[in-house]
This record gives sequence, structure tokens and C-alpha cells, in this order.
Amino acid sequence: MTLHFTIPAMDFSAAGKASTEVKKLLSSIGFDSSLVKRVAVAMYEGEMNVAIHGGGGQAEVNLDPAQIKIRFIDHGPGIADIDLAMTEGYSTASEEVRSMGFGAGMGLPNMKRNADALEISSAVNEGTTVTLVWRLGAVS
Amino acid sequence: MKVREIAEILDAAFFAGEEFADLEVQAACGADLMSDVMAFVKERVVLLTGLMNPQVLRTADLLDIKVVVFVRGKKPTNDLIEIAKETGTILLSTKYSMFLACGRLYEAGLRNGGVREIA
Repeated sequence: MTLHFTIPAMDFSAAGKASTEVKKLLSSIGFDSSLVKRVAVAMYEGEMNVAIHGGGGQAEVNLDPAQIKIRFIDHGPGIADIDLAMTEGYSTASEEVRSMGFGAGMGLPNMKRNADALEISSAVNEGTTVTLVWRLGAVS
Repeated sequence: MKVREIAEILDAAFFAGEEFADLEVQAACGADLMSDVMAFVKERVVLLTGLMNPQVLRTADLLDIKVVVFVRGKKPTNDLIEIAKETGTILLSTKYSMFLACGRLYEAGLRNGGVREIA
């Protein structure tokens, strides 16, 4: 099963809707609640990243018996230094974004912590793709 | 600790979910940054925050946080109350600052917080 979501740029009333929908779907399928929460948190952070930094983009959620895979795709400015972006507390978010309670520099680290695998591919001025995977066999 | 006791300790008013006041919480998280809240993984949590916008309630909902206390006398607006009713979230408002509100709950025995190691 694959679900597609469009994430608008800087639309804070929309950001989080896809995560809420995916959380409800996973709960209704009967996934363990702690796994559902990990997926929901990582997806919400991803959604906020695409909305804030990526200039909007897409999320693809793929469910199969072996894994849950979520891919975020944007065509924004890209990430020049991925190691720096992965550092807790490092953020390039604007004051406006911070005043909303985001831009703490915890987004990518929170995504990594909550997923079994995280992969980032990014090119400056071309965009960023972030892929998150949860292996279903590994979770009891 | 029951939400009812939290409301008494913080001299707080209910703005939504008073019917769930017997809910038990086991841990508290005080934060204005929602990503800090999302780094916090515990069950049965009360969130204390000075931030008031729909993202607070969205974050709470995604993390199964059923109780949100707004500090420094901030009262939730009607749109937030509506969202809280939809998601079944309890909303409280206390006149105490973040520091004093957290301190009062800690003193009253609510002592579990985030324990994640900082890398």
C-alpha cells in the first residue's frame, strides 16, 4: 500500500495532517502503539522540515509486510553539510518558525532516533530526499 | 497523580476535558519547543508549555499526550479549545510561571521527566 501526501510550504495549519492520518491508519491496522508513536513523531518532524526548509514537497508512505518506508522529497535549497544538520541543536530556521515552537535543531536527530534507518540524499539548490524505514520483523 | 490534583496544585482552570479529570499521569514535560517535546518518550505525560498555537495540540495528539497546561496565565483561544475537544485533550491554564508550575508538581511528587541521554 502506498499513500501520497503533498506538503505545502510554510503552511503551519496543514503541517502535521499527513502524520495524524498515518498515525490513525497504523493504529487501525493494529501496529504496536510504541511503533505507531515512533513513526508519527518521525513523520511529523519530516513534514515540518519539508514545509519549513524544503519549500514544500511530497511524502510517500509505503507499507508492506516487511517494513514501513516513508520518503520525503523536496526541491528546496538542499543541505550543504549533512553532518552539521544532524547535530542536535543546530538549526537554520527563521525567528518566525522558532516562535511557532519549531526550529529547535532536533528534527533530523529525532527522525533518526525514532526510525530503524534514515538515509539523506541532498544536493545544494536541487533538493533533499529523506528516507525512513522501520523493519517490522525487528519490532516485537 | 490525577489531573484533578494537578489542577488543584497549580490552581488551574479547565478549558477542555474536565470530564477526564480522573486520568492518571506519571510524568511531566515542560517545554516551549515542540521538537524538544518530540524527543520526550514517556507514557501518561502532562505537557506544560508557554506556547499557544495549534501545533502544540497537534504535537500532543501525535505523542498521545492527553493533558496540556498553559503557564503564565495564558488562556487557550476558542480554536484551540475546539481542537482539544476533537482530540480528547484536557486543557488547563495556570497563573504560575513555567518554573514555579514545574516546581510545584515536582514537590507534590510528580518526579518523572525525560531521561534520554544527550549525545
